[in-house]
Amino acid sequence: MKDKIKDIKEAVAVVKDGDTVMVGGFLQCGNPQHLVRALSETSVKDLTLVSSDTGSMETTNYGLLKSGKVKRIMASYIGGNPEAGNFMVTGEAEVILVPQGTLAERIRAGGAGLGGYLSPVGIGTVVEEGKQKLTVEGREYLLELPIKANVAFIRADMADRAGNLRITGSARNFNVVMATAADHVVAQVSEIVETGEIDPNDVTVPGIFVDTIVKI
Amino acid sequence: MDKREIIARRVAMEFQDGDVVNLGIGMPTMVANYLPDDITVILQSENGMLGLGPRAEGAQVDENIVDAGGGYVTVLKGASFFDSAFSFSIIRGGHVDATVLGALEVDQEGNLASWMVPGKKVTGMGGAMDLVVGAKKVIISMEHLNKKGEPKILRKCRLPLTAMKQVDLVVTEMAVIAVRPGIGLEVLEIAPGVEQSDLIHATEADLIFSDQLKLMTV
Repeated sequence: MKDKIKDIKEAVAVVKDGDTVMVGGFLQCGNPQHLVRALSETSVKDLTLVSSDTGSMETTNYGLLKSGKVKRIMASYIGGNPEAGNFMVTGEAEVILVPQGTLAERIRAGGAGLGGYLSPVGIGTVVEEGKQKLTVEGREYLLELPIKANVAFIRADMADRAGNLRITGSARNFNVVMATAADHVVAQVSEIVETGEIDPNDVTVPGIFVDTIVKI
Repeated sequence: MDKREIIARRVAMEFQDGDVVNLGIGMPTMVANYLPDDITVILQSENGMLGLGPRAEGAQVDENIVDAGGGYVTVLKGASFFDSAFSFSIIRGGHVDATVLGALEVDQEGNLASWMVPGKKVTGMGGAMDLVVGAKKVIISMEHLNKKGEPKILRKCRLPLTAMKQVDLVVTEMAVIAVRPGIGLEVLEIAPGVEQSDLIHATEADLIFSDQLKLMTV
């Protein structure tokens, strides 16, 4: 099997101009900070960032936005990051706010081969703007479309050489669904073990989803 | 006792033994401090856990265990972790018995505005829209008046909505008010020292005083 372990520069070089990049994590928890920082230092541009949130001034999503590489953001929370707030005012980058559960489920739909799903969330709010409404058994829903990406950066505690990932605690968050919804998945991990050393019961993300492993 | 503590203590009386509850950031989080000893409530955190415990201190901190505000927390016996898509299946699927959230405005149809003020810095809705639509019971915990001293309980919300017709109960330092769909707002309890006329004056919406109006005790 092809070796999935790469150094960080090689790993982030997979991102091309105009790509959609998913970044896992919830605030600082499970955020693949080293990959995001390394991406900020490349010369790519016009990225679409899909992430639960844009982090805070202390986290690397802030650095990525500050680097001017992002032209579009899809996130549920931008409160901790003044740069994202500025984008909404200046229009320097487009900011699309998505309810957190809708963001997760749209990514899940992207990874699960669905053409979308019907959501009751956002009816009667700005979230319904431009979306098709359907009534099923008397209840109104919005047609929410899938989100996919060219590349996903995710984070795990441990990987084996086959790419199986073990993620603990609440760091599973967006890392799990994002692993399914991108053409190319890069995992930042703290530890790499031989294939077979992670009990199959403890695999959070099966290795078939993971293309590249970067040990930090 | 300050207003926020009164509100948090009163909200804490709303739950049944075994309820799954999601508490929002800020004042709603304080509710956890006042849960009755004789019931067990399972706290859900939308970033991926059931069985949320108190804030983690010192050696208890695990960087992979945070609450929905990003603060390091502990988990209780019987806790479980899951990813965000699963977490919102719990929420949207009606498996959360109650959610407690703050508000900028609530109206007599049960509409809620809590996430943005046009022209001001936008933070995003986070998981609030999903929670309000998905939870079986939506409890709003907020001070009765805004910082300018104006009513927050309105005939019709003026700010952009978080959700339409989802609020069930509003708890303020002045009263406990239920939203009765198609009827309006029914005052169930009124705080000691607050006259009905005070409450009417502090509320823009029309109020119906319950036949069984009680004193709000905390």
